Amino acid sequence: MENLINIFVKSIFIDNMVFAYFLGMCSYLAVSKTVKTSFGLGVAVVFVLAITVPANYLLNKYVLEEGALSWLGERFADVNLSFLSFIMFIAVIASMVQLVEMIVEKFAPALYTSLGIFLPLIAVNCAILGGSLFMQEREYANLAEATTFGLGSGIGWLLAIVGIAAIREKLKYSDIPAPLRGLGITFIVTGLMAIGFMSFMGIQL
Amino acid sequence: MDKQGNLYTFLYASAMVIVVAAILAFVSETLNPIQSKNVEVAKKIDLLKSVGIESTAKTAEALYEQHIGSNTKVISMSGEEVEGKAFNIDLTKENRKAAEERKYPLYICTLDNGNEKLIIPLRGVGLWGPIWGYISLNEDKKTVFGATFDHKGETPGLGAEISKDFFEEPFKGKTIFDTSGTFTSIKVIKGGGAAGNEHAVDAITGGTITSKGVEDMLWNGLTGYKEYLKN
Amino acid sequence: MSSKEPLFSAKNRKLITNPLNVQNPITIQVLGICSALAVTAKLEPAIVMSISVIFVVVFSNVIISLLRNTIPARIRIIVQLVIVAALVIVVDQILKAYAYEVSKQLSVFVGLIITNCIIMGRLEAFALGNKPWQSALDGVGNGAGYGIILIIVAFFRELFGSGTLTLPGLGTLHIVPQVFYDWGYANNGFMILPPMALITVGIIIWVQRSRNKDLVES
Repeated sequence: MENLINIFVKSIFIDNMVFAYFLGMCSYLAVSKTVKTSFGLGVAVVFVLAITVPANYLLNKYVLEEGALSWLGERFADVNLSFLSFIMFIAVIASMVQLVEMIVEKFAPALYTSLGIFLPLIAVNCAILGGSLFMQEREYANLAEATTFGLGSGIGWLLAIVGIAAIREKLKYSDIPAPLRGLGITFIVTGLMAIGFMSFMGIQL
Repeated sequence: MDKQGNLYTFLYASAMVIVVAAILAFVSETLNPIQSKNVEVAKKIDLLKSVGIESTAKTAEALYEQHIGSNTKVISMSGEEVEGKAFNIDLTKENRKAAEERKYPLYICTLDNGNEKLIIPLRGVGLWGPIWGYISLNEDKKTVFGATFDHKGETPGLGAEISKDFFEEPFKGKTIFDTSGTFTSIKVIKGGGAAGNEHAVDAITGGTITSKGVEDMLWNGLTGYKEYLKN
Repeated sequence: MSSKEPLFSAKNRKLITNPLNVQNPITIQVLGICSALAVTAKLEPAIVMSISVIFVVVFSNVIISLLRNTIPARIRIIVQLVIVAALVIVVDQILKAYAYEVSKQLSVFVGLIITNCIIMGRLEAFALGNKPWQSALDGVGNGAGYGIILIIVAFFRELFGSGTLTLPGLGTLHIVPQVFYDWGYANNGFMILPPMALITVGIIIWVQRSRNKDLVES
């Protein structure tokens, strides 16, 4: 349990997808003009990460990894399909996003109207694929750890985009040098936020 | 044929999957031997580095044959020698087993002057991901002859410093058993080296979690060899 | 391709030069930043990353352009993703075999080329509607436009952060002479940390837009 809390806090604050790894920057910059829409996108990312990371964890563990197919019988014990992981991960993500979209549309139309437009955007959000790749890279020991990591990373991303959107709403009234307006200042502010987040690095759990 | 029809779409997708899978399988099969070789060579470079022999990708193979070669052992926690090939043991997999069931690989390196050093591989976790290393012991089986560490993605300038000489150097001459023969491992603590402590080295400022990771890795890794080293 | 149009007509040359400056994928179109910044602490991985992206964007552009009249509209995105992912796997495998050290440093970021918006963006916006040769040029231009920013960022981060420049094949070159250190110069370790990558890009955008007023956002 302690371990899970550790992963959770780490993936939100220290291993923040945006500030430490620059993942999901495209949509982070494009959709962060108002707090309301960025919150919608953020929730969608949390949702999708919390589903795809564990799904890909199972895929990796029981299909792709070296020796993962041994449950099929001795003959398959040596098969190593890990070179296929990129393509399988992205396929799982694309189909999961599609599936989530259909389920949400059918059972929660209200949620769909607020969240639905963001879902198609998400399949190509680097943070989602990044989540699965980091999960594979860091060799999480079980499904609970992988799920916690997915959820935490999503929340970290949500926090980042809502934060920058709030700052950008205020920045509209600031007198910024013309060439820096828009994209330039957003980058620099993100950098400053990242410096702020670095102070979490000393956290010891 | 109707290009938007179901049949066409289905056939198109199937053909694409087959072609792509064939190409990827071919590429992976062709390059796999070279890739495994790279991993092997990198491991040999690290092993040699722990006894102070510098090598490059080109010279590692020959130097490894010369100094270590097949002079390896696999032991159990009780110190018995067991079946197995040390070089092929995957520490990550072993660490998931219970300590008593693990296989512990051991390398014996003969230096140019004829001295034999024991090299013990280690694997643990740092702040961001896996860290690993090799520690070599003198003939007395308790004094450290050298150590080398590496990491997957520790913070540059902070935790990543564990792979630098200034961190690895102080391990030399430390001992992992105290005078009464009790296993102490080596602690990685602030001011550890300065106090003249035989069982501790200095931690990295700002790299507390990684330093702690190295300490745990040493403790957990060496514990399994305790019985063997005592004899 | 019409036989009359020369291979490097003025229009075709623009396909390469525009993305380097006024249509730069990173600083103007805001695409493909995701994987760009994390690999820029040193010059060598940045250069290798740029070459990998150029390779993937050129080949995926050409392949999609060749197939553009056969792809069923409904599975268009999936087809693109599969082709891009396959190319990225090829790049990853080659790097692991022939540039092992660099591939370790790039770790997951090679895989993230798949979701690099530049690649999907160019496929959608250009390759689906243009001939293979033009698509190839467009790929080279956009890949290089991405690479140039990466290399500039990495150059400054490594120079000021470590006082060195690491070039493929040449190893680590110590640029800042030892005398400077003796006089009290110190490397700015902060440059290697992630936040400075963002701020460096911000400054590049600032410089670029000060020189070209048309690019200023209202």
